[in-house]
Amino acid sequence: MHALSLRKLSKTFKGGVVALRDIDLDVEEGDFFGLLGPNGAGKSTLIGIVCTLITRSSGEAEVFGYDIEKQAWQAKCLLGVVPQEFNFNGFETVEQIVLNQACYYGIRRREAKWSCERYLRELGLWEKRRAVSRTLSGGMKRRLMIARALVHKPRLLILDEPTAGVDIELRRSMWRFLERINREDGVTIILTTHYLEEAESLCRNIAIIDEGRIIENTSTEALLTRLNTHAFILDLASPIARTPDIPDFPIKRLSDSRIEAEIRRDQSLTDLFAKLAEAGVRVSSMKNKANRLEELFIRLLDNKLDDEGRQTVSARGA
Amino acid sequence: MYWERSLVALATIARKETTRYLRIWMQTLLPPAITMALYFVIFGNLIGPRIGPMDGYSYIDFIVPGIIMMAVITNSYSNVVSSFFGAKFQRHVEELMVSPTPNAIILLGYVSGGVGRGLLTGFIVTIVSLMFTSLQIHSLFITCSVVLLTSILFSLGGFINGVFARKFDDVAIVPTFILTPLTYLGGVFYSISLLPDFWQVASLANPVLYMVNAFRYGILGAADINIWVAYALILLFIAILGSFSLHLLNRGVGLRS
Ligand SMILES: Nc1ncnc2c1ncn2[C@@H]1O[C@H](COP(=O)(O)OP(=O)(O)O)[C@@H](O)[C@H]1O
Ligand SMILES: [Mg+2]
Repeated sequence: MHALSLRKLSKTFKGGVVALRDIDLDVEEGDFFGLLGPNGAGKSTLIGIVCTLITRSSGEAEVFGYDIEKQAWQAKCLLGVVPQEFNFNGFETVEQIVLNQACYYGIRRREAKWSCERYLRELGLWEKRRAVSRTLSGGMKRRLMIARALVHKPRLLILDEPTAGVDIELRRSMWRFLERINREDGVTIILTTHYLEEAESLCRNIAIIDEGRIIENTSTEALLTRLNTHAFILDLASPIARTPDIPDFPIKRLSDSRIEAEIRRDQSLTDLFAKLAEAGVRVSSMKNKANRLEELFIRLLDNKLDDEGRQTVSARGA
Repeated sequence: MYWERSLVALATIARKETTRYLRIWMQTLLPPAITMALYFVIFGNLIGPRIGPMDGYSYIDFIVPGIIMMAVITNSYSNVVSSFFGAKFQRHVEELMVSPTPNAIILLGYVSGGVGRGLLTGFIVTIVSLMFTSLQIHSLFITCSVVLLTSILFSLGGFINGVFARKFDDVAIVPTFILTPLTYLGGVFYSISLLPDFWQVASLANPVLYMVNAFRYGILGAADINIWVAYALILLFIAILGSFSLHLLNRGVGLRS
């Protein structure tokens, strides 16, 4: 069962900004899924469409098989959203905000009390339940929105940059909380984030979105494996006809005079050059391909451009 | 099941709306009580005796229904427009939009807030008026039904204004440039029989005139117009504004980009 399923989802805002282009995305039930991408990539737009705050231009979106517009009642009852911007009434108390939200789902106040108390306690807001929301600190406001999103017991929780501007200690306690509701309550979680460490430590699967397109969708593990290797583009002094076979170093032939080599962290560049020389391959210059998620970002984004844009490092004398 | 749950949501919105205007009573309930008391003092007590009877009633008795109605109209309208615009502005309207609450329930909830404040202010102004004159009610049913329907109508008007409002200024434009003139020219302070022929006919195009007069009929038993025409007109306007509001909500106008 897919907790979320998007098919050819597109959004063009009034004024012509194309925020999403033919997004296809499936998130399995029970998954902890990360949606990564630079600012303006379309993450919030995607989430806005799923929770019906933004209208889609075309395509389909289903939550547990229910179309978000045609079967809105079922879809919305299964969905909880923590938006990027604070959007609660600053004059209401913490408890009122959470209880009212439950009532909008048709849950009676009396019945909602239990679930309200549970989440306020777990998120460390119980002592603040009578506080007027605008007096809370930024981190508390964020947690208030998480409690509000969970009070009706959704099966899918979507969080849009939940830890932005939250200090590291609190961020970690929020991680533990999210992990627990994912593991123990089986709530499927999708989160967008800027902190790559966050995606790395929490998410089982990751999609990377840029300029409204999904440019990568894979397991965190697979992504990390790629990160432990450094990739270089090597320009050759003399053209080669076929891919040279270099033991321990995966090589890709990009053209007659250009190859790509992957080097693990524990391998040395000198080794690579020695082995290349043995195979009769002479390198004239080398371009760096990046590393770790941040740089993977750049790598993935760069791949869409041509290969020329990269920093050129002369390899002579290396 | 569906309706039962919707009712829980409706009760919640209605309670929220009620607490909102009660919490800020200094801005919502007190000003109309003061303004209307001033009208009674100035027009009723000071100037009224010099004007003499209007339609056969003492001037203060004549203006009391109109002034109550004026309070109901402005308060119903401004409650919904400011509350809904505020919810948009602070974005907490999104709490409702992401929930499965049907649009009709959202509309009903906001209208109930406007009606609540409209009627409560009407009641307060009535109490104030009793300090200046005594009221004999000609028909309780007509009085209550006209005030309720008018309050619903202007709550809907306020809702539509709230949907289209993009900045705080937009909240005041309609009340200042449309609502106030229509109310003042709607026979609150005079009987249209005093007007030249042309303006008598022109006044008949003013919907507020029908409401004020129907309400006055409920209290005094006299009106410039046929009260059944007034009922028909109010109901027609409610139907039009109600379906338009719902249409706007369904389309997400001013709410969804
Ligand atoms: N309401 C809107 N009207 C017009 N353009 C918008 C609107 N919301 C977002 N955009 C544009 O859509 C693109 C994607 O934005 P967004 O989804 O907020 O990105 P992200 O959340 O990944 O930072 C950006 O170019 C942004 O400027
Ligand atoms: Mg965003």
